[in-house]
Amino acid sequence: MSGRITRIDIEHLAPLARGCSVLGAGGGGDTYTTLLAARYAIERFGPVGLVDLDDLPDDALVMPCGGIGAPVVGIEKLGTGEEGGWIRDGLERVRGQKVAALMAGEIGGANGMQPINWAAHIGLPVVDADGMGRAFPEIPQVTMEIAGISASPAVLTDERGNHISISAVDGAWMERIERTLSVEFGGRASSTEYSLTAAEARTATVRRSVSLAIEIGNAMAAATQPIDALRETVGARVLITGKLTDVERRVTGGFVRGRVEVEGLDDHRGRTVLIEIQNENLVAMDGDRVLASVPDIITVLDSETAEAIHTERLRYGQRVSVVAFPCDPIWRTSGGLRLAGPRSFGYDFDYVPIEDLAA
Amino acid sequence: MNERLDLRLGIDVGGTNTDAVVLDRDGALIAKAKRPTSPDVTTGITAALDAVLTEPAVEPARIGHVMLGTTHATNAVLERSRLERVATVRIGAPSTTSIPPLYDWPADLREAVSVGETIVPGGIEYDGREIVPLGAEELRRFLGSVSGRAEAVAVTSVFASVSDVHEAAAADIIREELGGVPITLSHEIGSIGLLERENAAVMNAALRTVATEVATAVGSALSAHDLHPVIFFAQNDGTLMALDYAVRHPVLTIGSGPANSIRGAAYLTGASDTLVADVGGTSTDVGVLVNGFPRESSAAVDVGGVRTNFRMPDLVAIALGGGSIVEDADPLPKVGPASVGYRLREQALVFGGGTPTMTDAAVACGRLELGDREPADARRGELERAMRRSDEMLADAIDRIKTARGEAPLVVVGGGGPLVPDRLPGISEVIRPRNHDVANAIGAAIASVSGQVDRIYHPGPGGRSAMLDEARQVAHDEAVRAGADPGHTEIVALEETPLAYLTSPAVRIRAKAAGPLRSH
Repeated sequence: MSGRITRIDIEHLAPLARGCSVLGAGGGGDTYTTLLAARYAIERFGPVGLVDLDDLPDDALVMPCGGIGAPVVGIEKLGTGEEGGWIRDGLERVRGQKVAALMAGEIGGANGMQPINWAAHIGLPVVDADGMGRAFPEIPQVTMEIAGISASPAVLTDERGNHISISAVDGAWMERIERTLSVEFGGRASSTEYSLTAAEARTATVRRSVSLAIEIGNAMAAATQPIDALRETVGARVLITGKLTDVERRVTGGFVRGRVEVEGLDDHRGRTVLIEIQNENLVAMDGDRVLASVPDIITVLDSETAEAIHTERLRYGQRVSVVAFPCDPIWRTSGGLRLAGPRSFGYDFDYVPIEDLAA
Repeated sequence: MNERLDLRLGIDVGGTNTDAVVLDRDGALIAKAKRPTSPDVTTGITAALDAVLTEPAVEPARIGHVMLGTTHATNAVLERSRLERVATVRIGAPSTTSIPPLYDWPADLREAVSVGETIVPGGIEYDGREIVPLGAEELRRFLGSVSGRAEAVAVTSVFASVSDVHEAAAADIIREELGGVPITLSHEIGSIGLLERENAAVMNAALRTVATEVATAVGSALSAHDLHPVIFFAQNDGTLMALDYAVRHPVLTIGSGPANSIRGAAYLTGASDTLVADVGGTSTDVGVLVNGFPRESSAAVDVGGVRTNFRMPDLVAIALGGGSIVEDADPLPKVGPASVGYRLREQALVFGGGTPTMTDAAVACGRLELGDREPADARRGELERAMRRSDEMLADAIDRIKTARGEAPLVVVGGGGPLVPDRLPGISEVIRPRNHDVANAIGAAIASVSGQVDRIYHPGPGGRSAMLDEARQVAHDEAVRAGADPGHTEIVALEETPLAYLTSPAVRIRAKAAGPLRSH
């Protein structure tokens, strides 16, 4: 492996975007516009430092951040690029401390790219970590919540420069309050929650996920069989290779829910795998048998291009490879499973790590 | 309709040939002609037109309507030629400043098209509110800086498909500042997705001259025969726009070819729900006809290196055609992507050439009688294996385009049709209509006129049904504006998508209306 990446330049953006999509488990939003915004920001302000949490002073303040709201609004209102600076200013006022670095609240999808754009504007580095190691739908579904870090104070801003500091009793209330405010802001907002010190972040976040995303993107681009690259970089297992034969999707309670069926082809002929979706891919089943489940990561890749397919873009007839790989160990603790295990999504079975499930 | 003006003339400009057909009042084909497509496109159109009008069955004076499917606009973008110089106005500061207009365009195309870009304050929220007021002063300053250089202006506001008030206000200011320069407003061109809609609007503005030129050329070719019919242009969703509408929306002609072939195939067979394979010399397009219209793609469409959200048919295109070159390999021979193209009649084995092609394979396998079969028979083993490979490629393409399990019929059109076997997995019946070689021109001639809406709606006091009624009405009015007969215009597609991650209900509705041509 090549040396550690210490700054993110334009050449890293395409692999980062690809890696973020793979880690997104089908969610986190399309990376197309965030990739362009990050490129434009780096062109004007220069590359963005990528720091390891070990290299920051213990008391350095780390600001997790990202976008919240309807993805469809994000393809019209692309953002100003200044939002990260406004959130930073608000957080510094409330906490009375300078922010040392930005961090992606979730590495999966567009939110994994967004902090790069914002950090370039204000000349701050991003830390090589995030709060999920994947994508999840709700604000409190982050590793900082498991570690007992408070969601408050949060700062929420729109593209006009309105900003609101929020103190909520817990993560669930933070979710309710921010969701409502983001509608008032026009369907989308930018925010920070769960700010923490570097010392806290060393055990409360998913470490080195930014460099992992770039490594995934680079390895997939270099490999003749991109899926083999995923086996090596993240220990991915191919659950099935086949064709989407059924797609069922509906929106309830603000979330996209549904299921897709993949019928095996070639070596997998005769098998059928069902994937349950709630914004992200949650569970993969073969009949009654669970092949993989949250919080482990299930990603559907296009068989021809090996690009990760967003759950909203799954369509009958697509040739796909379904892969699954282990989540960060912090999600496998009792606290992690309470927040994002199968039972937290309404399933009546206990989580078994993908490594312990029969293929 | 005037009894003396009861004939329709359809023209299709393809990559190899320009076809013209004449249909009578009952829609029966009475004449057809094929001429090579010329580099300037117009010469080929004139030749095909002259040829079909001199067919004995045609009484030229009875031609009432001419429908043209043309690649002029596509070629202009691909070749970066004859494009207008455009001033690009985005109404979207501060909400969109993180990505400037035309940022992702190939440098040479941007160079050829743009005289300047700006992002002025303004834009609309998804619920119809103003994000911030329109920056009229900023807009006037920008227009001053491009005055005299801008031949056209493209205007794109955030959520213009929810409300066009900022685009309309900007158009008034542009007319005040720049006089009669043509203006493209994005809400007339594209759907949701700011960058894609903006790209389409700018391209549209750049294509005004091309559209005017082709309209004039067709008009004078017809005048030479002393004909003055009503002229329509085929657009990429398989329907027609009136000439004046087409001149203002030339970008919508991009990609009309595949839509015409799907519609033409439907017409030749009478089917309204079927799969269609258009097999040419180099490639095969497989598409789907649903409720009489080509199914549209939901993915972004790349035109000349620019991302757009055009209403294009959903197609699976494979590099397989009558001219595809066969290369022997183990275990299966390679078929395509290389093709002998228009040199088939010199290079194929059955015509005495030295290059084995899929046409030779079709002859060797008894699917086609053409030329001298002896040289093809001599390499029968290899060619039979190539045919098996070709059948697999077709079966795979058909499987990928299908939206539902079970069997469906397949209509085969185009010169490479004999490559398609009579039996294919997942196909109930292979239909080979007469005159399949001019399906595209027929598709243009018989198309109906449509209008469409793609907007975000919020359920009001009238609830869901009032919301859907409004969308239907807008689509209907759009169709009538484009030339459809108001009495016979119907809603042909209606799609509701609730928006995720919002606490207040909002629904994206896409509706399309279509009707036959209005007589006059």
